Amino acid sequence: MIDISIYILSTLGAIFAMLAAIGILRMPDTYLRISVTTKAATLGIGLILGAAALYFGDFSVSTRVQAIIIFIVLTAPVGAHLIGRTSYFLGNKMWKNSVVDDLENKYDKKKHKLLSEDVQKHRRKEEQKDEEDERKKAEEDKW
Amino acid sequence: MSLHDYLYYVILPILAISSLAVFVRFVKGPTIVDRVVALDLIITLGIGEIAIYSIINNKPTFLDIATILALIAFLGTVAFAYYLEKRDKKDD
Repeated sequence: MIDISIYILSTLGAIFAMLAAIGILRMPDTYLRISVTTKAATLGIGLILGAAALYFGDFSVSTRVQAIIIFIVLTAPVGAHLIGRTSYFLGNKMWKNSVVDDLENKYDKKKHKLLSEDVQKHRRKEEQKDEEDERKKAEEDKW
Repeated sequence: MSLHDYLYYVILPILAISSLAVFVRFVKGPTIVDRVVALDLIITLGIGEIAIYSIINNKPTFLDIATILALIAFLGTVAFAYYLEKRDKKDD
């Protein structure tokens, strides 16, 4: 019984790992590649580690395996987010058939801050006001 | 086909070929971000290979190395992301 579950778990894990590899090879742009590697690879490796835990059937081994799985599940999305953000700032283009870029014009590329468009418009207006005020003050000072 | 043979002749080759495919992306990768992602995936696949290898050789000690590899993969990705974001040149 345990043997059969090890067969199933390791096969599924290997298939998902292979799908991740095919995905990173075939996907058309960086962001799609990042998305494939995080999801498929995490699931595949988690299943393979589960097979190892079942095989040894020992408390010390299964806790170790649990620690690895939890660590991967926690860190893979964080790493993917960080590297995707970096890719966006480096100016990597999206695939030509991508439909929507939700972050367009919302990132301040110099300060690396995310703002909604309304806030950015509001700030731009305020800056213009400030500039006008300064100009007026300067003219008044001249007189 | 025993479990040992199945793992040795089916699962390990699948993982090895996957690693090779990822390595192709690592060499080709049009941007440096692709290379970082490929490196991360190679290490993640390495964790799987170590797990299968520890089953084949019946040595659970190998899983400790898998833990450390997971740590290093995350650390590497974060470090690359941090320093690439600070660098403002666009070249690869």
